[in-house]
Amino acid sequence: MIPSDPSKVTAICFDNVDVPNMRKLEVAREQGAYAFLPTVLKEFTSEKIIDEVKTSNIRGRGGAGFPTGLKWSFVPRNTGKPTYLLCNADEGEPGTFKDRDIMRFDPHLLVEGMIMAGFALDVHDAYIYIRGEFVHEANVLNEAIAEAYAANLLGDNILGTDFSMDLTVHRGAGAYVCGEETALIESLEGKAGRPRFKPPFPAVEGFYGCPTVVNNVETLSTIPAILEFGGKWHASIGVPNSTGMKLFSVSGHVNKPGNYEVPMGTTLRTLIEKHAGGLQHGTVPKVVIPGGSSTPWLLAEHYDVPMTYDDIMEAGSFLGSGAVIVMDETADLLALTARLAHFYTHESCGQCTPCREGTGWMERILKRIQNGQGQPGDIEVLKDAAYHMSGRTICALAEGAGAPVLSLIKHFPELLEAGIVEKAA
Amino acid sequence: MSAPQFSKARLTEIEALVKRYPHAQSALLPVLHLAQEDFGHLSMEVQQLVADTLGVRLMAVREVVTFYTMFREQPCGKYLMEVCTNPGCMLNGANEVLRHTCDKLGVKVGGTTPDGLFTVAEVECAGACGGAPVVQINGVYHEKVDAAHMDKVIEDTRSGEGAGA
Repeated sequence: MIPSDPSKVTAICFDNVDVPNMRKLEVAREQGAYAFLPTVLKEFTSEKIIDEVKTSNIRGRGGAGFPTGLKWSFVPRNTGKPTYLLCNADEGEPGTFKDRDIMRFDPHLLVEGMIMAGFALDVHDAYIYIRGEFVHEANVLNEAIAEAYAANLLGDNILGTDFSMDLTVHRGAGAYVCGEETALIESLEGKAGRPRFKPPFPAVEGFYGCPTVVNNVETLSTIPAILEFGGKWHASIGVPNSTGMKLFSVSGHVNKPGNYEVPMGTTLRTLIEKHAGGLQHGTVPKVVIPGGSSTPWLLAEHYDVPMTYDDIMEAGSFLGSGAVIVMDETADLLALTARLAHFYTHESCGQCTPCREGTGWMERILKRIQNGQGQPGDIEVLKDAAYHMSGRTICALAEGAGAPVLSLIKHFPELLEAGIVEKAA
Repeated sequence: MSAPQFSKARLTEIEALVKRYPHAQSALLPVLHLAQEDFGHLSMEVQQLVADTLGVRLMAVREVVTFYTMFREQPCGKYLMEVCTNPGCMLNGANEVLRHTCDKLGVKVGGTTPDGLFTVAEVECAGACGGAPVVQINGVYHEKVDAAHMDKVIEDTRSGEGAGA
């Protein structure tokens, strides 16, 4: 059970993640699932819910960190069109694997959060867009949703109120770019997942041109606690501009890779040493990618950085999705960068020229350097490509592709120089 | 060969699926998943069947099939082994697992064994880096995989298939 004293909170999304059979409605109910839902549906207004979420100061947990309450407040009312709620469960950023654990271990938490969000936004059709590879997780969600329908928690006149909402699990089919919210919407419309120009933003014109809210799994799973204990309660966990608990997916060269839920502001060192079992080799990491593969690298000097949106930005990177990839002295950073370059080439949707061409250029150059066949000027070409890919495309994939390359050039240029063949004099 | 058809039960299922969305085309990805389950891969005939079933243009189906990695236009082995080699997995020995699996089966990455039993593929981040290295075998996640685990899976599968033949 989550304590009402915010200073005693140790978990929100993962509070019941270890309870056996938590995926079953009966077990979830024993732990308090849906207990507060009738109060929300019968006593809360839409305005009150959005206010509480605003007060909570929760920022979107999918990577962009946009304030959730503000996003919800952008949804126009009485447009004559339906409003849709989409849960982004496309979890594809290399290093990120937190949403998977919520969905497979505590699916009712997400379902309850979606019912509350749907009620606040006057939604009657909600979808969970889950990456296609998560077959097991989709099945778990479908079973949980079927139980929720049978218990009148979904469908018509939920718990005897006027509120009705359907919830559908929709599997993607293998495309990283569909984690970008407008690509996700295109994909849910049965098309290739190519991001759309913004504006218009999905809140105004999203799924089939209707107002649409897209929220991450972790964000929506935090809503039940925010509404039960209040926005102020949530805002007093963590630090002022990065409130609440956060799931960090720690992977790479640590002894206990996994997901750890800690208060925002916990230091990187604590996360790695206390939670993730410390490094496999040595005492200080060589490189840490703090927020998924698309975020710039941190070095040993940043080991004591507090994990907050602002502190990580000050250190030169982004908190992103909270995917912490740790590398010790044994890491082959050139090989890793070349592998990531392949990832971005493969995942570029191809509609913007700088991204479609630039990702391929980066991959080919890095591979030839890796093979000792680099040519003089290659580092400049890599920099140039990253520059021209940044801010000149519809979505952020291209900029993300440049992050590891620019980090390598900035911090470890000797690794690239070693693979460049000097022209004979 | 006669044109592929969905079974009656599948058509009922598809009808129910379509009702979950404002427009039928939204059901395209789910229906393609079902079609691939039924027919093994998405041949042009199967893509035409999906287009006709949902009332969308064949080109709309083609565009989706060719965009998403999980849709296959060519047959693959009965057991599809997808090895993730992205950072979390790479830092924990994924390339060695991939190489070992290919060597053991005598195939290149992307190749299928002559008996049609196994295909080995290299895939992008599987979203399970806490269990690195990760191999998906027919969609089931195998985590903290090493060469010995792959040997066992391959041997068990072979003897299971042999016994069933």
